[in-house]
Amino acid sequence: MTITIEGRGIVPGYAEGEALVSRETISGWGGIDPATGTVIERRHELFGVCFTGKVLVFPGAKGSSGWSGFFQSTRLLGTAPLAMVFTTLSTKSALGAVVTRVPTVSEFDGDPVEIIRTGDWVTVDADRGIVTVHPDRRG
Amino acid sequence: MKLADDEKAMRDGAEGPAVAAAMDLLVRYGEALGAERLCDTRNVAGTMTQPSPVKAKLVSEGGWNKSFSVINLDSDDDFEIPHMRVPTCQLQHGFSDDALGIAPYPQSMVELQGDAESFYGAHGVNILATCTPYQVGNLPVRGEHCAWMESSAVVYCNSVLGARTNCEGTASTGAASLTGKIPYWGNHLAGNRYGTHLIESAVPVEGFLDWGMFGYFVGDIVQENRPVVTGDLRQPDMTDLKHFGAATASSGGVEIYHIPGITPEAPTVEAAFGGRRTPDKIVYGERERRAVYETLNNQGESTDVDFILLGCPHASLDQIARAAQALEGRKLNPGTELWLMTPRALRSVADRNGYTEIIRKAGGRILTDSCPAMSKSAPEGTRVFATDSAKQAHYLPAILGIEAWFGTLEDCIDAAVTGTWRGELR
Repeated sequence: MTITIEGRGIVPGYAEGEALVSRETISGWGGIDPATGTVIERRHELFGVCFTGKVLVFPGAKGSSGWSGFFQSTRLLGTAPLAMVFTTLSTKSALGAVVTRVPTVSEFDGDPVEIIRTGDWVTVDADRGIVTVHPDRRG
Repeated sequence: MKLADDEKAMRDGAEGPAVAAAMDLLVRYGEALGAERLCDTRNVAGTMTQPSPVKAKLVSEGGWNKSFSVINLDSDDDFEIPHMRVPTCQLQHGFSDDALGIAPYPQSMVELQGDAESFYGAHGVNILATCTPYQVGNLPVRGEHCAWMESSAVVYCNSVLGARTNCEGTASTGAASLTGKIPYWGNHLAGNRYGTHLIESAVPVEGFLDWGMFGYFVGDIVQENRPVVTGDLRQPDMTDLKHFGAATASSGGVEIYHIPGITPEAPTVEAAFGGRRTPDKIVYGERERRAVYETLNNQGESTDVDFILLGCPHASLDQIARAAQALEGRKLNPGTELWLMTPRALRSVADRNGYTEIIRKAGGRILTDSCPAMSKSAPEGTRVFATDSAKQAHYLPAILGIEAWFGTLEDCIDAAVTGTWRGELR
């Protein structure tokens, strides 16, 4: 069984991998450590969790205008997520995805944070703006 | 996205490879946003000089040309960076040499930043080194398209000045500085600037503390939306609105608000909503005011205060003068430190006026360029700090792992002198 949600490709490309879902928005500055690719905001549900190599699914970006710079650093330090899937597009998340240079889809017909669960196998086809969830292929 | 002829020429290399890389980034970014085109800007506020471990490595490999290419243009190549095409300023960055021996902050970072200032200064970047460029030489006019970073500056620029900017980032401002272009999207379009929420204060909002608390309430309610605020609002000044906006951008992500009769795009409530239906009002009353105060003070347990932080966003001359007046002839509690952050241009006025000397004699310091949150640095051994800034009370406990108290300037000065927090909501 698969579920397909359609959105708009933000950064082109194709990737498939395991989903890491955050129900809370994510901060760049003060929110992640680019050296380790982990969430460091103490009160965050993903505190201490590493997103490197995962399809990062989240509602959107919050906080400082340093957001994009911190995610760019994950690329430079080799700790970037594999792909990004987010609900709300803003200048922070759009520029952040662009400079992280990973396949990214947003502006969906359904809310990816509600549909995708951590551990689901997800294919992100950002050239066509299609995200396919394979819950049966959970690791 | 449609490109104009001059933009196509820049993309194709007519102005050199660095400008071509800048245009490439703007195209990728504009398409990610879904923007239809770019617009011209002659006002960029970004960040280039702030030191970081990634930057130190890039500079050791290829100097500031490589750092700017990789970080500010998001390129894999290493270009010789031309002079800034349009007026560009550096926002707040790390601590400078005035903090050496005061803040526990590495001298190597201060030196790296000094080196960056020489490079970027020669390339036309104005080193304002403040989160409040509008106080010291970059005051946009109404309707001007800007490319600014720094959430507290962005909200001031849109709301109080009526200029137009999105909350940009390091690479988009870097690309804008070499091209004079930024995506025409979001806050640049008149139709995206009207209010979405109506919030009415049933209690008097007057003075720095109350404007900050009201802002913190408003941001929490509207998050990324566009509030119109009305009610028992007393005439604010620049310092009050600097605090109000910074607070809305801390508890939420407000980039523009309107105060009918005060801010330039809202002569009336109806105008603030662009003639659309006025939404039902949300009321800020005594109970809500107290709840905000308690939230901002729920990260303090010990009343033994060892650090007072004033000047977030960077202090105005009025704030410096008031701090000096409150400290005149008094002495800080031994074991309690006081830092007041301000742009260096205003510090030079404070020096001339004697404010700096009054604060120094009391045992306090005026520091420039940065703040404890940006530089991740407070006095050695700080466990409990107090501030008059809702933004700093919001961020600093998480960044430095310390307790926080929030109150008036007078509460903070009292704690500085006695070493004990005795603030309460009046």
